[in-house]
Amino acid sequence: MKLLTLNFLTCAIKTCKTSPSSFPLHPRDAELEILETDINLPFLKNILPRLMWDELRTITSELGLPELPPAAPTREDLVEPGAQAAEGEEVEEQPSQTAKDLHRVLLETTVKEGKLACGNCGHEYKVMEGVPNFLLPGHLV
Amino acid sequence: MSRPEDTLPPDLFYNDSESRKYTTSSRIQRIQSDMTHRALSLLDLHSPSLILDVGCGSGLSGEILSQTEDEGTPGGPHVWIGFDISSSMLGVALEKEVEGDLFLADAGQGVPFRPGTFDAAISISAIQWLCNAETSLDSPLGRLSRFFGGLYASLRRGGRAVCQFYPKNDEQKKMVSQAAIKAGFGAGLLEDDEGTKNAKTYLVLTVGGGDLDGDITGVVRGMDGVDVMARPGAAKGGKRGQEVKGSKGWILKKKEQMERKGKVVKANSKYTGRKRRVQF
Repeated sequence: MKLLTLNFLTCAIKTCKTSPSSFPLHPRDAELEILETDINLPFLKNILPRLMWDELRTITSELGLPELPPAAPTREDLVEPGAQAAEGEEVEEQPSQTAKDLHRVLLETTVKEGKLACGNCGHEYKVMEGVPNFLLPGHLV
Repeated sequence: MSRPEDTLPPDLFYNDSESRKYTTSSRIQRIQSDMTHRALSLLDLHSPSLILDVGCGSGLSGEILSQTEDEGTPGGPHVWIGFDISSSMLGVALEKEVEGDLFLADAGQGVPFRPGTFDAAISISAIQWLCNAETSLDSPLGRLSRFFGGLYASLRRGGRAVCQFYPKNDEQKKMVSQAAIKAGFGAGLLEDDEGTKNAKTYLVLTVGGGDLDGDITGVVRGMDGVDVMARPGAAKGGKRGQEVKGSKGWILKKKEQMERKGKVVKANSKYTGRKRRVQF
């Protein structure tokens, strides 16, 4: 499961929905894996405003990854400066180092094994082979 | 033909052999890919987006979402997150090394993502399974409302969802679309090859606040071969043929009813159902 997904995931239990501590889920005993994919600059630009940067920093520090900058990058930071488009000519935008790093963290770093714990109720969701188990027993739905 | 929903719950029905059969059958593959492309054309995406695939199974539709624009996916390649209740199906997806993230989860238990996560959602041949409840603690209506409620919250404003499903009958079709409307969606049903054995029903859902012009029919505006059939009486607002209680028309109707029953009813006059003066 990508770290990008972890940035959107909350606890599935109904009583946790109203509590702010049900997001983010905290990874425990996580085993990470890097799965390389092609960089997708338009997607990164699209998803950037929806990221919760502070929570992403919390998760990366909990996982022991290199620390992220305190402020979220802007859309302009993702594009390599220079290469001004000549008149009437479209130059394809090149991803900057920031974009490459962000791509590495969000889309290539995946949680392979481990647990995700809710900060509110403490429920632990198991992750096996990169697939988290979000099935709940009937009384918690 | 028997419906698989009536035989077993989905997590048991799609066991290892059934999952493999489903994924390797070229006929099912073709149908699924046609439906995914149809759903994508209804979603009308222009740039790479984050998409939720409900009931992703072995990732047949996910593979199409990961394709680039040149390979026939509009706005692609998209990043998708899929969930399914059948672990065997997910096992097949893992073997195929699909690009999306997979979850083992029951759509009838809600959608565990924070509000405004997804640009769009897609579901191919899945939500008819929500119309069955396997335990006495649960009901089809409860499952549907949890699913649509969760889906509505997790889509961004102006987002869209397209769910292709196989309704058992008109009643089920109505139950599903009513549940979606209740959750807050703008909903419409699109039927391909209506009345034939190949009929495909798509539930098209929109979340308000987007660039959609007008009501749900704006989704199919400009598409070839789509007829818009409004729900009878929808335009008028309120139920058809129902008078407001206490109005003159309502009183006259009631008197007529009573008369037909053989009760003694005063004759109508110019005073019948008329407002009294304020001073009275």
